[in-house]
Amino acid sequence: MADWQEDLYRVLKEFDVSQVSYVPDAGHRVLIDKSLADPEMHSVPLTTEEEGIAMLAGAHLGGARGVAAMQSSGIGNCVNMFSLVKNGLFPMLVLVSMRGDFGEGNPWQMPMGQAVEPVMEAMGFVTMRIDRPEDVEGAMRAACTMVFGSGQAVGVLLTQKLIGAKAF
Amino acid sequence: MSEAFRAGTAAEMSPVGTLDRREAVPALVGNPQDWLIVAGLAGTAKDTAAMCEPEANYFACAGVMGGAVAMGLGLALARPDRRVLVLTGDGELLMNVGSLATVAILNPPNLSIVCVDNGHYGETGYQKSHTSLGVDLAAMASGAGIAAVRSVSGADGIEEAGRLLREANGASFVLLKITPDAPPPVIRRSLDAALSKDRFRAATLPAG
Repeated sequence: MADWQEDLYRVLKEFDVSQVSYVPDAGHRVLIDKSLADPEMHSVPLTTEEEGIAMLAGAHLGGARGVAAMQSSGIGNCVNMFSLVKNGLFPMLVLVSMRGDFGEGNPWQMPMGQAVEPVMEAMGFVTMRIDRPEDVEGAMRAACTMVFGSGQAVGVLLTQKLIGAKAF
Repeated sequence: MSEAFRAGTAAEMSPVGTLDRREAVPALVGNPQDWLIVAGLAGTAKDTAAMCEPEANYFACAGVMGGAVAMGLGLALARPDRRVLVLTGDGELLMNVGSLATVAILNPPNLSIVCVDNGHYGETGYQKSHTSLGVDLAAMASGAGIAAVRSVSGADGIEEAGRLLREANGASFVLLKITPDAPPPVIRRSLDAALSKDRFRAATLPAG
């Protein structure tokens, strides 16, 4: 098990995150498993990623903090729902496990992988890429501070340099 | 084009409802102050604002079609001390009907969903929606796994369905079939989502 995934979950807990939404994904496997095993965490599997954006906006209405975990392809499913974030100035933390990027072997992943950053930035997110395991904890702490302290929308991109590229 | 491929020819036409939403929705909801309310865009946003104003215990969308049920879910998980009501329309719910499946597997006991079904896209010129063409959203809610489901098409079903919304042990869903001939209430409301969000939180979050 990669230690950086432990670091990531620990930072979320430090910032009192209590809701995790996801569509099952190999890149977020440890986060998903840990959230399922954590009695203090609402671990919510979705049918489509955009539900997670609306869900976390609802969580904020209720005073709770959450994180939406998704693969890069999921960003494409969220675009109109991001209107809620930009128009409503909702704090929003999105963790993106990247496909369609460094070393990708499946061409179907390429278009959305390459569109993640321009799409998120067009909808008002600050994006940050993490390439190295030793950078995860610091970047997550920075992202959580910007989201939960400053009320921003931040996309943290876990790149294929970090999680490994699929060769198929 | 062959008739076999036209919408509505394969499915039996569904009868539209006869209830007037301006009477049926408030009767079903009861005292709006008993709830934290999330409303989908268009008709149900107007139903909700008309019921709740000047109080701020509601957040009504004017976009993000398909988001209302998931917003209600996040709110219900965040506020186990309050009952949360989602008011959504047939068109809004059809855009993200999978969110019923997400609600069903969590089954929060404090989340109630009302779909105000006029069988039409009222905001865009009253084109028929799928629920006028045979699609039954109450059956889809049951199929998703929500145990407490009612379909109400007459005034005599409202009282029992209202109790179900308030007393069910898990998530509940009521399909309220209304006539497309009676429009939603006319009310001016803010379309500023940031203002609506801050107003809702100031009015409903516990102090401290």
